[in-house]
Amino acid sequence: MSFSVPPAALFIAGAFLVVFLRGMPRSFLLLVLPVLSLLNLLSISDGIHWIIHFMDYKLIFGRVDRLSLAFGYIFTMISFIANLYALRVDNNPEHTAALLYTGSSLGVVFAGDFLTLLIFWEIMSIGAAYFIWARRTTASYAAGMRYLLVHIFGGFCLLCGILMHVHNTGSIEFGYLGLGGLASLLIFIGFGINCAWPGLHTWLTDAYPEATITGTVFLSAFTTKCAVYALARSFPGTEILIWIGAIMTLFPIFFAVIENDLRRVLSYSLINQVGFMVVGIGIGTHLALNGATAHAIADIIFKALLFMAMGAVLHQTGKINATEVGGLHRTMPITCTFCMVGAASISAFPLFSAFATKSLIIEAVAAGHMPIIWFILIFASAGVFHHAGIKIPFFTFFARDSGLRPKEPPLNMMAAMGIAAFLCVFIGVCPGFLYSILPYPVDYQPYTPCHIVAQLQLLFFSALAFTLLILAGIYPPEMRAINLDADWFLRKGANVLVWFITKPVSAVVAKINDAVTDALPKFLLWFGKNPPAALKIGADIIVYNFTDRAEDRQRLEKEKIIYPRDLLYPWSIGAAVSSVLIFLLIYLLVYFLYYKTGAA
Amino acid sequence: MKKKGSLSTALKVFLSIFFSVVVLLIIIDFFIPKDPHFRWEEYPSFYAVYGFVACVVLVLFAKYVLRPIVKRKEDYYEF
Repeated sequence: MSFSVPPAALFIAGAFLVVFLRGMPRSFLLLVLPVLSLLNLLSISDGIHWIIHFMDYKLIFGRVDRLSLAFGYIFTMISFIANLYALRVDNNPEHTAALLYTGSSLGVVFAGDFLTLLIFWEIMSIGAAYFIWARRTTASYAAGMRYLLVHIFGGFCLLCGILMHVHNTGSIEFGYLGLGGLASLLIFIGFGINCAWPGLHTWLTDAYPEATITGTVFLSAFTTKCAVYALARSFPGTEILIWIGAIMTLFPIFFAVIENDLRRVLSYSLINQVGFMVVGIGIGTHLALNGATAHAIADIIFKALLFMAMGAVLHQTGKINATEVGGLHRTMPITCTFCMVGAASISAFPLFSAFATKSLIIEAVAAGHMPIIWFILIFASAGVFHHAGIKIPFFTFFARDSGLRPKEPPLNMMAAMGIAAFLCVFIGVCPGFLYSILPYPVDYQPYTPCHIVAQLQLLFFSALAFTLLILAGIYPPEMRAINLDADWFLRKGANVLVWFITKPVSAVVAKINDAVTDALPKFLLWFGKNPPAALKIGADIIVYNFTDRAEDRQRLEKEKIIYPRDLLYPWSIGAAVSSVLIFLLIYLLVYFLYYKTGAA
Repeated sequence: MKKKGSLSTALKVFLSIFFSVVVLLIIIDFFIPKDPHFRWEEYPSFYAVYGFVACVVLVLFAKYVLRPIVKRKEDYYEF
């Protein structure tokens, strides 16, 4: 304990240090930081550490318990793998962004209060947006901008929710909230945007495929998983999450089947996998929360592995659309093998990671007697095998021969994929180790004959369906096309908004502007020359409109011509006094009425 | 995408192994003690049927319903 530092601090310090380094020292720093961070985490005892008093509040940078440690371990481990994968990137800002992003993710996980959470939450968005911009294409610039806008909105929801929560309760503690009232709802939505809930998910499928090759690996690991952690912390057992999660597992698989960009296919399957975790959090039992945590850990590794394999293909060929690659197993057999390990893991094949983690969630669903959710999750399990397990490796490394003969990627990329692949198998073969770091004690045995055969049947018959559909020519051919998603409403809606503001709204504003700056002063100037005569003209206009007599019209015209002189005779004193009296009377009436009601 | 008419020898071997495993899984299913949460899990080869149907439904829905609705040219958003 005495030698440890706040988990976020190491990486954030490293983010500033890496700016000055190149070559070997930089590589050394990138690989040593995660190791130091892991040792740091291992040396921290459970409890609350690093409290800073800020105004009337306590900012807590180290709330350490089994839940935060589980996420802390995996974040540190994946940062080693991703840094290794990105070792040859000769663009220091990208390394800075990576370390800042990793550090602030750890900051979120170990935050003990909402203010600390919010600060790190916002830093994450900026680090992530940089990965998207760093691709330096027109598409990535626009996608990064959309990413940032959505996350600024999410952060704003979170900020409003937190302010209201602090106002209502006086506490900034980041703990269990549960849904109830506007404050918790805003926080819930703020988390939900980062969690890629249906309808709020398009930032993910829009931006991740546009990010840099190495950036996507980082992105796939942290943002959504931080949201999963935050939901598990503040909203476990919130029933609506079960349905949100179930829909998340379901709709992306349909999009994934017809998507051409293979990294976008993986982005859809990322939402699908996070859906399983959200279901687990919604159920909220110990078994389910263990399942959500375990599956988050497994998913971070196999999704990173799949993104790394696709990144390797993009790195070596410059192509990532299913229509442009194919048959790469001839010259990239090792990458192909790693990809298939990732595919087997995400599909939950026995001996691979998700078999031991996803089943915890499905077991919890069954134990809670939720047949509809159960059917959806099993459907989604078959579907994920279909698009991530078969489609990704099949269209990249087999299918038709694209004629491309790329070499294997550089050694550091291979090593990173190798470590991730090893971990996928290790978790699958020895789930006990993973189970031992979960938040609650685990009493579950994934390897029963019944479970193995059931899962194998599900997977093999999904594969059978794929095979038969391909052989029969029914399987939808990959096409050079994009598929609309919910972001259509934002992207087209933005155009409508721009039109609405530049056309009708600005026309109305111009009218008002004219009236206020031009017509009104002119009228006042005219009116001020002789107010009684002006009033008389006004009155005569009204009279003439009612009577429509020729003599009234003539008088009116004459009055207008001679204005500001007038046709009025001076008022007699008696008339003037009586009009003053009338005003006094009105004043008295108003005063007494007000006084009386005021007194009552 | 698919090789019309002539399947290569390697593919034929792969497919025959694959189909044998599929059949084997159906047979094994009868000898495995079941531990069901829901009564339909006891039906013979429930997971096989559900997995197969699920994937066919998935592909057909994606191809014939979703794709006609959402497919656009690659430059759709560029204007």
